[in-house]
Amino acid sequence: MTAAAEQLTAPRQAVGGPGPRVARSRYSLARTLRYAALIFFLVVVLVPVYVLLVTSFKGTGDADPSRAWALPQIWTLENWATAWTALSPSIVRTVAVVVPSAVIAAFLGSLNGFVLARWSFRGADIVFTVILFGMFIPYQAVMIPLTQLVLDLGIPTGVPTLILLHVVYGIPITTLIFRNYYATVPHELIEAGRVDGAGMLRTYWSIVLPLSVPSFVVVLIWQFTSAWNDFLFAVFFSSSQNGPVTVALNNLANGALLQNYGVSMAGALFASLPTLIVYIILGKYFVGGLMSGSVKG
Amino acid sequence: MLKKLRRVGPPLLLLAPSLILVGVFVYGLIAANFSTSFTDSHTAAQATRQKPTAFVWFTNYLDLLASEDFQHSLMNLLLYTVVFLVGTMVMGFLWAWMLEKPVKGEGLFRSVYLFPMAVSFVASGVVWRWLLNSNQDEQASGLNRLFQIVGLDVLQNNWWNNITFGIVAIAIPAIWQLSGYVMALFLAGFRGIPDELREAARMDGASEWKLYRHVLFPQLSPVALSALIIIGHMSLKAFDLIMSISKPANYQTKVPAVDMFVFKSSFDYANAAAVGSILLIIVALVIVPYLIRTNREEKR
Repeated sequence: MTAAAEQLTAPRQAVGGPGPRVARSRYSLARTLRYAALIFFLVVVLVPVYVLLVTSFKGTGDADPSRAWALPQIWTLENWATAWTALSPSIVRTVAVVVPSAVIAAFLGSLNGFVLARWSFRGADIVFTVILFGMFIPYQAVMIPLTQLVLDLGIPTGVPTLILLHVVYGIPITTLIFRNYYATVPHELIEAGRVDGAGMLRTYWSIVLPLSVPSFVVVLIWQFTSAWNDFLFAVFFSSSQNGPVTVALNNLANGALLQNYGVSMAGALFASLPTLIVYIILGKYFVGGLMSGSVKG
Repeated sequence: MLKKLRRVGPPLLLLAPSLILVGVFVYGLIAANFSTSFTDSHTAAQATRQKPTAFVWFTNYLDLLASEDFQHSLMNLLLYTVVFLVGTMVMGFLWAWMLEKPVKGEGLFRSVYLFPMAVSFVASGVVWRWLLNSNQDEQASGLNRLFQIVGLDVLQNNWWNNITFGIVAIAIPAIWQLSGYVMALFLAGFRGIPDELREAARMDGASEWKLYRHVLFPQLSPVALSALIIIGHMSLKAFDLIMSISKPANYQTKVPAVDMFVFKSSFDYANAAAVGSILLIIVALVIVPYLIRTNREEKR
């Protein structure tokens, strides 16, 4: 997994020098075409960003459809203020859901990954597959009994329930990432611990855990992003009064009597900012998490 | 015996919390869901256990599969999945293929192509609902207006309001969000191919096409399979986009996941559970062979 991430980010050396003249002119035509295509797609991908930004600064005077793609006549921060008032409580709740659930799921995954990769026993592969399957189930297939179970357990809807659910359904992917990572830890390191007579927990605590920092970063980012962006569990187990930002945003965008795109787009930007910041600052680790999604890593 | 216990005991003890949680919340609930789907629990009184439920075996499944309404949802899911898969695979491969050779500003292109992945479907749904506005001509905004501006008026259409193909419009934002992911997978695949392999093929005088056909494509096929599985499985996530772009009750764009939500909201737990189980079976038909295969390959 990390190897894949490194391969992805490692710069590639330039291949080959200038060839014969004919080949070279064809080569440069192909190159021009390639850059043109790359820039075209860059623009296409950024179109929604333009719309989000521009619309969020537009006042009601710009509502006419003929001005849909134009810049605002008067730039205003009104939408941003309205969206912030509407969403800030839910953003606080999202943090309260995402941080503990990411930490707990990462810790459990690291324990599992260590045992499955390095303190293996007969049948460990089957146990791993059994856990991994949880990653692929459509959550619709557990939703009805899950609502009843949560009710029976007496866990309040909103933040507490969502923490529990993100931990439980995060275990498969965190286990997968850590297991693949620990499989790359040199055998000798752990064997040394065994020879020293260190028990499993001691080995984990003093040898394996300190080596796990990069994996923890990948896993925490992954869990943070997916829990932050979750809508399915949020809409089943919370309301816009006690739920995370995705539910509040959906309510803001759909629920209002008259649709105010300026406000909902400012709201969408607020809701996306934390994950985007993580992506921009820690992009390399973000990609690491993506790669591990493909089971073999 | 004691020795064996000492060897297997501690690892199992460490795994125990996770195994119990996964056991209850995944396997236990799947079983409970099947059992609910075999009952006639269609009312709020039954959902809150104030009235008893009776066992009706496969009646709910048969009724669902026979109803035109649910068939439309399944058709939509199929159409959506196909467009979504083809779109992300083609775009993702194209981008990876263009970025695989040395390119100035590669990091910028890569980061921009990948960034939509970091955004929630709900947030991107807000902007895509605006872009996919079905108003045309004078009233047009969104993409329809953009088409007018660049002189491609013929491309104007009613997007997700089309009864048969409306769901394809929902696949567009999904392709926008996940093509970068497929690109990242393919790029890692390309970079994993040793340079010697290409050099050797070039030495043998293989043309560019032959190089791809016989050397690079076979090396990339495991990556392509992973991408197909992950993206295919994500097509069930269409739920988020549909909830934010159209409305859950919208016939044009409904899929089984949306039906499940609607059934649940009206306390028709039996049908909601049955829809959930149908989705599980569809996914399991693809995933289980994949997991078994991966497991077997690792042993080798």
